[in-house]
Amino acid sequence: MATTSQATFRIWRGENNKGGYVDFSLEVEEGMVVLDAVHRIQATQATDLGVRWNCKAGKCGSCSAEINGSPKLMCMTRLNTLDLTKPVTVEPMRTFPHVKDLVTDVSWNFTVKQRIPPFQRRPPDSHGPDGPQWRVRQQDVDRPQEFRKCIECFLCQDVCHVLREHHMHDKFIGPRFIIHAAQLEMNPLDDGNRLEALKDDFGIGYCNITKCCTKVCPEGIHITDNAIIPLKERVVDQFYDPLQKLFRIFK
Amino acid sequence: MSTIDVPLTKRGFGRTQRPDLWWVTPLFVFLGLGAFVVYSTWAAFQGDFYRFGPYLSPMYSPLLLTSRPGWWPVWIPFSAALLILWAPGGFRVTCYYYRGAYYKAFWADPAACAVGEPRKSYWGERTFPLILQNSHRFFLYLALLFLVLLAHDAWNAMWFTDPVTGAITFGIGLGTIIMIVNPILLGGYTLGCHSLRHLVGGRKDVMGGASRKTYDCVSCLNRRHMTWAWFSLFWVMFTDIYIRLCAMGIWHDWRIH
Repeated sequence: MATTSQATFRIWRGENNKGGYVDFSLEVEEGMVVLDAVHRIQATQATDLGVRWNCKAGKCGSCSAEINGSPKLMCMTRLNTLDLTKPVTVEPMRTFPHVKDLVTDVSWNFTVKQRIPPFQRRPPDSHGPDGPQWRVRQQDVDRPQEFRKCIECFLCQDVCHVLREHHMHDKFIGPRFIIHAAQLEMNPLDDGNRLEALKDDFGIGYCNITKCCTKVCPEGIHITDNAIIPLKERVVDQFYDPLQKLFRIFK
Repeated sequence: MSTIDVPLTKRGFGRTQRPDLWWVTPLFVFLGLGAFVVYSTWAAFQGDFYRFGPYLSPMYSPLLLTSRPGWWPVWIPFSAALLILWAPGGFRVTCYYYRGAYYKAFWADPAACAVGEPRKSYWGERTFPLILQNSHRFFLYLALLFLVLLAHDAWNAMWFTDPVTGAITFGIGLGTIIMIVNPILLGGYTLGCHSLRHLVGGRKDVMGGASRKTYDCVSCLNRRHMTWAWFSLFWVMFTDIYIRLCAMGIWHDWRIH
């Protein structure tokens, strides 16, 4: 039989940024996650509690929130990893406009994504009986494939201090879209060049490598080491390295 | 670029709902890097006690000058370390790991993830002076050269001169082992550099066989870049302390062979 215990959840409630914390006490059982507790509160104590969720399996990226101050997926945060002797705070993501209770408007992210030049297929390697053919090796595809694991939970955007603290949404696209750009830039089938846009329009230079995005990624994507820094290095190749410029002239 | 409304109220410096000890890591980084900077600055200005027998302090290697040249400014005390320390120093300062670490520990930019910051303005690495961080790869080239020089110093540390006869014989002292460990740790750090990872293969979308293997090796070291960075940093300091104290006669080098 599952063991039960009492826990308090301090949930931020309100609409359009106006509101405050409300404490809810409830009985919790072994194996529960934060989303289970929020659902129980919604079912028994606050039927109008706003919360976005969908798959409950850490794959849809809907239930992003700040649990005890750290951006996390509510469905993947087990209660036995939290100190239940103190109230557990659950807040909406701070980087995006607030809608209601734990729900934020993340639509800014989708407008940013539309601005990134899409995949541009390079010319085929050969033409076979079935039409044009491209050959790539799996090892060369592994790098961009890591970034395809992204579930667009936007926790990395939420924790990035350039967006969270400095609200530079008009100058910096954030880690989520740097890995999207990296996924396209490193794709061996892609012929596009997004480096100038990364430097000037997407603000890759604003990243100061705090690695907070990597720490909160529920998919374990090495955002900083495998996407941001390699793209910063490619930007250096093109714009800041006089030796590379010289090499390009002679080439 | 699309803009959005400012979300939940901005909080002040250090404000967070995080109940964990988020300030411990930046504090240790502050103390660790601070201790190194203070010690290395002091040691660099000493200009003495950097040699003991076949041992040469890594803070003075390569030893370009042993006495004050005529062109040396009168208002700066002479020390050979000042001629060379800018190179490994620049490599560390522009290193991607250290950048993230000291921005947090020294500038609180941010002090820790999801913790309020003290300043409203932010420029990132787009403008002077932080745009100079893009010079990391040039310091890498120098760091690779230093790696060879320090490995040569470790080799030299195996050959002891008899003070009476002047004969040179093979030997191993505790200092020899310390000086062998030094380039090994520095190698783990330098060869796992993000810029090197880019140069050996990361810059290409399609890597050839040798390029792929080198890239994988660098990536392997790169995964522990922080660990290599700290161990190599403190080993350089410890090597200098060991040689300095032996040269001052406070410690005695223990000969194993």
